[in-house]
Amino acid sequence: MASEKINMPQLGESVTEGTISSWLVQVGDKVNKYDPIAEVLTDKVNAEVPSSFTGTIKELVAEEGQTIAVGELMCYIDTEDGEGDTQPTNKETDEAPKETTEQPNQDQSMKKRYSPAVLRLAQENDIDLDQVTGSGQKGRITRKDIENYLSNGKPKTTSSNQEVSSKPSQAQSETVVEKATSSASVSDVQQGDIEIPVTGVRKAIAQNMVRSKQEIPHAWMTVEVDVTDLVTYRSKIKDEFKQKEGFSLTFFAFFVKAVAQALKEYPQLNSMWAGDKIIQKKAINLSIAVAKDQELFVPVIKNADEKSIKGIAKDISELAGKARKGKLTGDDMKGGTFTVNNTGSFGSISSMGVINHPQAAILQVESIVKRPVIVDNMFAARDMVNLSLSLDHRVLDGLVCGHFLSYLKKALENMNENTMSIY
Amino acid sequence: MPVMSYIQAVTTALKEEMQRDEKVFVLGEDVGKKGGVFRATDGLYDEFGEARVLDTPLAESAIAGVGIGAAMYGMRPVAEMQFADFIMPAVNQIISEAAKMRYRSNNDWNVPMTIRAPYGGGVHGALYHSQSIEAVFANQPGLKIVMPSTPYDVKGLLKAAIRDNDPVLFLEHKRAYRLLKGEVPEDDYVLPIGKADVKREGSDITVITYGLCVHFALQAAEKLAEEGIDAHILDLRTVYPLDKESIIEAAQKTGKVLLVTEDNKEGSIIGEVAAIVAENCLFDLDAPIKRLAGPDVPSMPYAPTMEKFFMMNPDKVEKAMRELAEF
Repeated sequence: MASEKINMPQLGESVTEGTISSWLVQVGDKVNKYDPIAEVLTDKVNAEVPSSFTGTIKELVAEEGQTIAVGELMCYIDTEDGEGDTQPTNKETDEAPKETTEQPNQDQSMKKRYSPAVLRLAQENDIDLDQVTGSGQKGRITRKDIENYLSNGKPKTTSSNQEVSSKPSQAQSETVVEKATSSASVSDVQQGDIEIPVTGVRKAIAQNMVRSKQEIPHAWMTVEVDVTDLVTYRSKIKDEFKQKEGFSLTFFAFFVKAVAQALKEYPQLNSMWAGDKIIQKKAINLSIAVAKDQELFVPVIKNADEKSIKGIAKDISELAGKARKGKLTGDDMKGGTFTVNNTGSFGSISSMGVINHPQAAILQVESIVKRPVIVDNMFAARDMVNLSLSLDHRVLDGLVCGHFLSYLKKALENMNENTMSIY
Repeated sequence: MPVMSYIQAVTTALKEEMQRDEKVFVLGEDVGKKGGVFRATDGLYDEFGEARVLDTPLAESAIAGVGIGAAMYGMRPVAEMQFADFIMPAVNQIISEAAKMRYRSNNDWNVPMTIRAPYGGGVHGALYHSQSIEAVFANQPGLKIVMPSTPYDVKGLLKAAIRDNDPVLFLEHKRAYRLLKGEVPEDDYVLPIGKADVKREGSDITVITYGLCVHFALQAAEKLAEEGIDAHILDLRTVYPLDKESIIEAAQKTGKVLLVTEDNKEGSIIGEVAAIVAENCLFDLDAPIKRLAGPDVPSMPYAPTMEKFFMMNPDKVEKAMRELAEF
């Protein structure tokens, strides 16, 4: 048994609604297909509405004297042939294609195709179009992108999409870069030397690094953390995790989680310098550095404090995958508030990171190394890791950073099978 | 302010003009005692009598020809073609006589006639009851073609057409007759022929269209607004001669232009609109000018599925608008 709807039929040209003058059936009546069920009055005709199904009238929705539009529900009828069973499946198939269309388009092939309007605006306002992020199809820069760029004065760079606090400082740092690059081009090129033009992502990296080093007074701190328990715990579950979830459970995910927790405790580090003020960010969005050939990307794990270790591991795996395929979008790299850099993956045990402008700090997670350590006055073989923090001394001081690092140290040393869950 | 349907606005305008000026009379097939097959002239016969509400033979060339003669003699006829599809036998009268009379006679004679005709599909009317015929007449200087989209515009523009001293083709979308309702002031107002009207202000894309499609575009725009796409909608209202100034202004506003008609695509009104935009707005354009129109197929099919394929609807307009916004 299935319940079917009978809707107001189209009763002639230009007729868009009809008034039910009387029902010819009552609830519980049995009707055959094409039996008249109601009399309907329209501007042009009086007509009987036939039933579209054989069955029992279940509910009369429209009342006598009521005017309803063509296609609107008149009544429900219970049918016995199961005609209605097809409806739910129809709905599912309707929804399926929607999901596929929602996938973001990451093709950037239209990035350098400019419309007449965009070219004119760029020329009139002296805009370097390489500095504008396109929101159009396949990365195309739209007229609206330029208009927003002009009205906000907040250019978005290709590599990290970070907001610059004011226009003058942008201009200033650009001239610095030009100086830096021009001084390099003066140096003599000998036979056999290879000249590599600085373009695209490399150029953007260069600009950002110069700006960071030029503007931000860096200071550094390092702590040593005993992660033996964490190593044991991860070794125990990693194979099963990979099998079950389809991606790797890396150490890095644990570190990112611990950093997110520590930032929640010490939000001072989750902030940025904005000239006359310091902006403490509410969202904890962690930038992670992902290298690919000559390029360095800084995609963002959004709201890391709200995610489980599994969730973070999944984000890392997806973002790294996208970076390798060159499919990262502007959105993937937008909104970072603090950077965690996995230098340990190269075997590094100590480094001094350059802060990801305009953030206030960056944490280098170095390589985990088994070393002899004295525990309870005895030598023990422990898994040790160095965490190196670079901080913007305008925003942060040693005290709060020291607290932050010791919190982080304690959190990581406490991570074991009994104290935590990866889900 | 009373709310009335599109067709009630037609009737109201006719009635008020006939009360105001006794030179105004209507003629056409079944317009008298029956009040018209769509009921557009309902009640006029009773109020004004058979001398001013004329039932004619089934001969459209005669309806137009009688109208032209009466108009030249000083009357203000409102001729009804029962369906726009039936206007073809009258084309010679309209194009060669009515449209050219003032020019041919060096201003000695003019033809203050209005020809009303219901056009358009989506009413299961198939071939002879669904056509859009505006393009046939849209390169005839001397003739004006008005295609209103709301009851308010219908009343103001039909009055303007009747008072115009030259022939006006007044095309009413038959599906809009009872579908569209809106507020219509009771007072005697006239809207200018030859002026387009902004029906919605927006900044992302510009949709230029006319007739029932204005309604589709407005519906689509409301949906798209929820996605953050802000559409600017210009209603041409008069499709010949076109309001070039308003078209240029609307196109320049966003640089992304979608043109919509339910007529067959090739040779339609919107092709001319596209040319105006292309000639004047190159450096403001941010996307190719897009046309959304009926297929180049001889006529509206009768099968409901095929009619749906042929006919314009809000979903088709919404899809095209979204594509342009995303470009």
